[in-house]
Amino acid sequence: MNAKAIVVTSGKGGVGKTTTTANVGAALAQLGEKVAVIDTDVGLRNLDVVMGLEGRVVFDIIDVFERRCKLKQALIRDKRVDSLYLLAASQTKDKSSLSEGQMKAVVKALIEREGFDRVLIDSPAGIESGFQTAASAAQGALVVVNPEVSSVRDADRIIGLLEAREIDEVKLVINRIRPEMVKRGDMLEVEDVLEILGVKLIGIVPEDEKILVSTNIGNPASLDNGVKAGAGSAFRNIARRLRGDEVPYLSLDSGGGFLASLRRLFGGS
Amino acid sequence: MFGLFGRKKSKDHLKERLKLVLSYDRAKLTPAKMDELKDELLQVIGKYFPAEENDYDVKLERHGDRMVFVANLPVSRVEAH
Repeated sequence: MNAKAIVVTSGKGGVGKTTTTANVGAALAQLGEKVAVIDTDVGLRNLDVVMGLEGRVVFDIIDVFERRCKLKQALIRDKRVDSLYLLAASQTKDKSSLSEGQMKAVVKALIEREGFDRVLIDSPAGIESGFQTAASAAQGALVVVNPEVSSVRDADRIIGLLEAREIDEVKLVINRIRPEMVKRGDMLEVEDVLEILGVKLIGIVPEDEKILVSTNIGNPASLDNGVKAGAGSAFRNIARRLRGDEVPYLSLDSGGGFLASLRRLFGGS
Repeated sequence: MFGLFGRKKSKDHLKERLKLVLSYDRAKLTPAKMDELKDELLQVIGKYFPAEENDYDVKLERHGDRMVFVANLPVSRVEAH
């Protein structure tokens, strides 16, 4: 993806935007990029706790907007990967405190002045002003979708709104897929979702208990390089694809159905 | 599309429902508006030739990348005089 500023969005809440932002951001930083992750969910901030950085938030994005601190002072450096930084949302304000102009200025300053290679913007749920502000500064988008009815419908709506904003690099992350349900025919397959939504895929992330465990302790699963399967490694693969690497999609089980459908999807027999 | 015992898989139901609901979402058409359109079309068409009101059906369909509006209107048999 050429875009340096990428919004992570979904329409529906609870599908994994924040988890995706934290894990892909951490993986990109581990690959050597200087990465800022921005929480724009003002009033309902969570990226800080998911990343385990909640104890270190002093200033937030609204403080930057309202000039109570410098941009640099509000950037929290992650101690595990030193090229990873968090810009937290304010917990006490509401979404009207964010304006598109200020958002664009902050993202521009991060890239042009502070030398960030990548800025991931974690959008709030919904299609209203919070989402619009988050999307305003982005040139690319990761749309996170779960293979179920309301998430797919909301993702379709969000994709329409991103197109209206002329964000041309829109990629799909299919999150929380359950191979055994896909195999039974009780969950949409990857290719069903792609056919319905008509956007390009960038990642398939299996439902994985380890995500909850890693979130409990505030340590993004993608940082654990020792684990070669599951959600953490799927998020690492998304980071590599974002950088332009050709990474084959992992087979999520050793059985016929899902693997076969992946082969069909990627040009095999 | 059908399982071993002819049971349609639940995901196939979902896929069909999603495709349908998304075509209306994308066209910003509500089912009520569709009914209105159907009635008006019938009135206009009925001025020119006799139509079978019962089998009349209008819907949106996806043909590849584009949405297509399809009206299916059987023409009544015209009696020869």
